[in-house]
Amino acid sequence: MVSDGGFGRVRRLLDDDEPGTAVVVLAAAVAAAVLSPLVWLLVGASSLDADAAVSLLTSGTATTVLVNSLVLAAVVTAASVVLGVPLAVLTVQTDLPFRRLWTVLAALPLVVPSYIGAFAYVSAFGPSGALADLLAPLGIGIPTVYGLGGTALVLTLFTYPYVFLTTRASLLSFDATQLEAARTLNHTYPEAFRRVILPQIAPGVTAGALLVALYTISDFGTPAIMRYDVFTRVIYVELNSFGVGRANATLLSMQLLAVTALILALESRVGGDAAAGYGTPSSVETVVSLGRFRWVAAAAAGGVSLFTLALPVGILGMWLVRSGPGYGGGGLAFHPAFAANSVYAAALTAGVTVLFALPVAYYAGRSESAFAALVERATYLGYAMPGVVLGLALVFFSSQWLRDAVGPTAAQLVYQSLPLLVFAYVVRFLPQAVGSTRSSVLGVDRDLIGAARLLGASPRRAFRRVTLPLISPGLLAGAALVFLTTMKELDTTLILHPTGFTTIVTYIWRVQEAGYYGRAALPALVLIAVSGLSMIPLLSGGRDDA
Amino acid sequence: MREEPTTTNREETRRNRDEGVNADTDPGADSLSDTDAESERAESAASAADPNLTDGGAAVGAHEDPAVVPETAATDDDSEADAVLELEGVVKRYGSETAVSGLDLTVREGELVTLLGPSGCGKTTTLRMIAGLETATEGTIAVGGDVVDDGGTPTPPEDRDVGLVFQEFALFPHLSVAENVAFGLDDPDSAEAERRTSDLLELVGLGDYGDRSPADLSGGQRQRVALARSLAPEPDVLLLDEPFSNLDVSLRVRMREEVKRILEEAGVTAVSVTHDQEEALSISDRVAVVNDGRVEQVGSPGEVFENPTSRFVASFLGQASFLPATVTDEAVETAVGSYHRDLLTGLGDGYAGSSVDVLVRPDDLRATPTAEGDADGTVVRRQYTGPSFVYHVRLNDGTVVRCLHNHTEEFDVGEPVAVTLVADHALAWYPSQ
Repeated sequence: MVSDGGFGRVRRLLDDDEPGTAVVVLAAAVAAAVLSPLVWLLVGASSLDADAAVSLLTSGTATTVLVNSLVLAAVVTAASVVLGVPLAVLTVQTDLPFRRLWTVLAALPLVVPSYIGAFAYVSAFGPSGALADLLAPLGIGIPTVYGLGGTALVLTLFTYPYVFLTTRASLLSFDATQLEAARTLNHTYPEAFRRVILPQIAPGVTAGALLVALYTISDFGTPAIMRYDVFTRVIYVELNSFGVGRANATLLSMQLLAVTALILALESRVGGDAAAGYGTPSSVETVVSLGRFRWVAAAAAGGVSLFTLALPVGILGMWLVRSGPGYGGGGLAFHPAFAANSVYAAALTAGVTVLFALPVAYYAGRSESAFAALVERATYLGYAMPGVVLGLALVFFSSQWLRDAVGPTAAQLVYQSLPLLVFAYVVRFLPQAVGSTRSSVLGVDRDLIGAARLLGASPRRAFRRVTLPLISPGLLAGAALVFLTTMKELDTTLILHPTGFTTIVTYIWRVQEAGYYGRAALPALVLIAVSGLSMIPLLSGGRDDA
Repeated sequence: MREEPTTTNREETRRNRDEGVNADTDPGADSLSDTDAESERAESAASAADPNLTDGGAAVGAHEDPAVVPETAATDDDSEADAVLELEGVVKRYGSETAVSGLDLTVREGELVTLLGPSGCGKTTTLRMIAGLETATEGTIAVGGDVVDDGGTPTPPEDRDVGLVFQEFALFPHLSVAENVAFGLDDPDSAEAERRTSDLLELVGLGDYGDRSPADLSGGQRQRVALARSLAPEPDVLLLDEPFSNLDVSLRVRMREEVKRILEEAGVTAVSVTHDQEEALSISDRVAVVNDGRVEQVGSPGEVFENPTSRFVASFLGQASFLPATVTDEAVETAVGSYHRDLLTGLGDGYAGSSVDVLVRPDDLRATPTAEGDADGTVVRRQYTGPSFVYHVRLNDGTVVRCLHNHTEEFDVGEPVAVTLVADHALAWYPSQ
């Protein structure tokens, strides 16, 4: 019965495999640190005068901002569904020519950071924009790009791929024989789509639509460039003004968080998991022949790509090759040190984020306890908290709370310091690292650790010699993802970057505000490339077949 | 739609024919299925009491029951009027691959025809072309007298009046059982549709399951729902794609009987597809053996099983062996002895001196242990199936044949045996290769 004793021992070892106290404490500390911005925001809000707060929230401005934000979110979400669902159906279920190409092209706009897209559109169609200048002599006037129309257009063009990808995933898991069944039961394709396909892909479409709504409500760059007064833009403006500005920003942030929480609550209820029947296989076969309309459909798909890809990249390319004092002047020459600053901050962030993620991911992957789940959930705050709100909370913490509680020197040391900026990045992007690390922790067979222990290794040694090497690919992937997303992060960078610390992003922001479009072209193209690399996991996940 | 008296009449004739079929297939039943053997034996005993059927075979029944005449292959002239489904020279090519190569088939009103063949023989493709889910490369398909596919623009599936029960059933998971059944009805919310739905659920024995979700049903129940759903719009032809392959083995035999009952009660014309010969023989009115994209032989299960017209059909049905023989003026000489010329089906006066291969199945042969010198061969393998043994015997000329024995008759591998032909019916034969 030697083997029996052996198995019993392994099982006992595995029962003991719950992470040690040190891991639990570390993980809890990370969660607490990540949650702290929320506390600072609440502290800031509680210090406000209640009557003033009520009158501000009911004032005309606040109402306008709320209505503007909700209208924008609704328009962008609806338009994304109108764009994303037909493209998904065309690329999954029809004989569209060059399906594979359109599948990639339809998802690709995600790699263009929306503020770069907004910048490209303003520099093309705005006052003294490239295309506006070209078209004006022909007597073609372009309606203003500023305001709701332009903001909604740009956000739709660069976020509809969320709907496209989730819808596509639902359609791919849809059992095509059900469509055949409907057709043998006397239903034409449109009838079958309505009665059989649509009800089953609806959760996927909704999940994508909620992602779009969440993105829209928390995006700062696009409405700021397109000059449309939504929460993020007004919060940013108020934050940088004196007097009651910061109080207004705090109250608006609370409102924005409430709207965000509502969208997240809806999202968790939908779950994004398409009903894929009960064990029926999925199908990627072409099921509908478009006949003569194949080329019409291809032209439509091409038209979308024209506006999402060709136009912004083309405009940026044009600014790049077009030289002259009018475009490049102003003493705001791009300096390689800016790129070095970006890389430095992003690399620092990647390292710190992985260190933060490791205990949380290990704890969550190894423990079944409710506390472990809570700790992991807490680290997802950055996903839910708009960057502008996070920036505000950290400004409040460093310039106000630290000054009052510790002293002006401490406040000066922390406010707009690199460590604070990196901390903001960590809060924002920790979910990415925790996600990839946790799944690789789960992928490590527990018997391997049992085997190491039976061979005489201490728990610490077993972790170092077995677990760590096995999860290192996941850690690295997480670090790479955090690095790339940090490179293009706009909201907290603008609010928290140390004075004089110019990165690619702050440089682009400054020259676009000054109207020197030619200056921004190269760094913007670089960011699109960087962003493209960061989207590889998401895009390849949605591309598998067909 | 259908007039009652005709339906009743047709069902009656079908039932008669079925009994004949069972009587026919009985000798082979043992080797096919142990589970079915009991019931088939009982049925054949019952039909043996009917003097019309003592000879077995559909042909006898046909001569004595005028209703059957238009439905037999021998008198094809009158059958045109009844044809519900006609395939003529149907070809399906995918690029350079030919899946179906000139398939002809006529299915008459009210009958159940099974396309039987090995996987990849083109039978499922044929079914999908009938349904309109694939388009034929060449040939003509007509359903209910209307040409639906002849090289021009094919009629789409929704306009063909063809129902299909999918292999995986393809029930709609977001709809209840009743909503699934009502799906194909013109106005699914009408009282009429509700009545039809509950009638059909009653027919398939799921009267109380209307509100359930398909996900909560067992495999057999799902199949019943799928069947009810495709019967609801009263299709001209119902197609069944490997209808039992998705069920547990223990459930298959039961569902075969059940599906056959439902199809008969609904009086629907049906085409089923399977690679399972036992299934084909037990449920079909006629079997079409498909090989390499064309029909090799069509006939009642008895005809096809007893008189396979080709070696392929013979070797596909039952555990067939081919016993080499020489025909003389008086007798048939085989490695296991000399037999009367009547042994071979339809052997005319000629053929003296010809070499033939005789189709023998395990139940046609018996082995008896004997001394080495008298032996026809030795036992090389034995298969124990519970109620019986199948002994593989290598004859002295090298041919391997199989002999069916009761489970109490136990021989050892290597034991020398004498082999005797015990068939009480004429055997099919083929010219030597």
